[in-house]
Amino acid sequence: METHHHPHDHDHDHQVVPSDLTLRVKALESLLVEKGLVDPAALDALIDTYEHKVGPRNGARVVARAWVDPAYKQRLLTDATAAIAELDYTGRQGEHMVAVENTPKLHNLVVCTLCSCYPWSVLGLPPVWYKSSPYRSRAVIDPRGVLREFGLELPEDVEVRVWDSTAEVRYLVLPERPAASESLSEEALAALVTRDAMIGVAKVTL
Amino acid sequence: MNGVHDMGGMHGMGPIETETKEPVFHTRWEARAFALTLAMGAWRKWNIDASRHARELIPAAEYLRMSYYEKWIAGLVELSIEHGLVTREEIDNGAPSVGSPKAVPPLTADKVAKTLAKGGPASRDVAIAPRFQVGQRVRARNIHPAGHTRLPRYARGKLGAIDRDHGVHVFPDTNAHFLGENPQHVYSVRFAARELWGKQAAPHDAVYIDLWDDHLDPA
Repeated sequence: METHHHPHDHDHDHQVVPSDLTLRVKALESLLVEKGLVDPAALDALIDTYEHKVGPRNGARVVARAWVDPAYKQRLLTDATAAIAELDYTGRQGEHMVAVENTPKLHNLVVCTLCSCYPWSVLGLPPVWYKSSPYRSRAVIDPRGVLREFGLELPEDVEVRVWDSTAEVRYLVLPERPAASESLSEEALAALVTRDAMIGVAKVTL
Repeated sequence: MNGVHDMGGMHGMGPIETETKEPVFHTRWEARAFALTLAMGAWRKWNIDASRHARELIPAAEYLRMSYYEKWIAGLVELSIEHGLVTREEIDNGAPSVGSPKAVPPLTADKVAKTLAKGGPASRDVAIAPRFQVGQRVRARNIHPAGHTRLPRYARGKLGAIDRDHGVHVFPDTNAHFLGENPQHVYSVRFAARELWGKQAAPHDAVYIDLWDDHLDPA
């Protein structure tokens, strides 16, 4: 598995013997199936949903729509849950959405210090780094240092707002539209929007 | 509880390691662990707050060692035993006890899409007056409950201001212990970074934390 900074350190967050967990989870699943507590086909459907249907492309479409449609953007900033539901993205871990807008003078960053709350309905399931102790511990005390690790150096006069997701409210960062993107279609804009930009650890670039 | 899960502001956790082209699940057991947790939740024997608390109860050294979905599995096993869906003996043996009844799963494949789309809102449609208004100065309570709380340690005793009112939501601190939903207003509270961390923080930065009426006092 390839990583940016530490090519061999991925196991830091997975430092268990995989075969042991494979066996344990398999044993648990067969017990629960045998007792009639879970339907194995439902498990397949749950996995398929988050592997193939619900992911950061959802959020990217929301962002692109907000960039091209000022009325939509206003609705998104006023009632994100309803505005996102207009695009049919609803449900689990997106029941109560708030969108926070980046500007040249304001940068938003989302974290969950207590567990790993994340807006599944628009971003899918969180990446390992978002759930990791380094990110959860440092995002609130040293957001600028964290952003620097992601390659984003913010000038001192930019206000950084960190959103600690301690309730069932989920935050989506509305990144700045990149300069010189006027000619791009909504679809082309959506293709530029990354998961990291919607968490707030990156900007959107052409 | 003042557990290691409440890690906002801690040092020494190492660098942030990112992956390019990260898969949704790294192994099949992660995918199955994720799905098992959601499917077992459909029995409605516990709630999301109790699930979080079950993971917080993992001993600190184990919590830091375990990967995310390993914690999920540990929490799921404990909740399933505690709420009588399985016995520890069955977990140890990997097979149902002799004579144990066969249940009918509440979440079947045909219901998955609808169930996920519906979600489980934490809001409650009850007329409860907010204790605070937008703009009002508040102080986070200096409390240290041994049980579940969503008030992080780094904010306790600190001064902030109500930024927005999210409406009436279930109160996790009681709901996690099945002591009632105790619905009340939850707010986004703005804390100046320097109030939380002192002069080392940038002067205009801020941390916004979602806190409930029972976490706050007027200031």
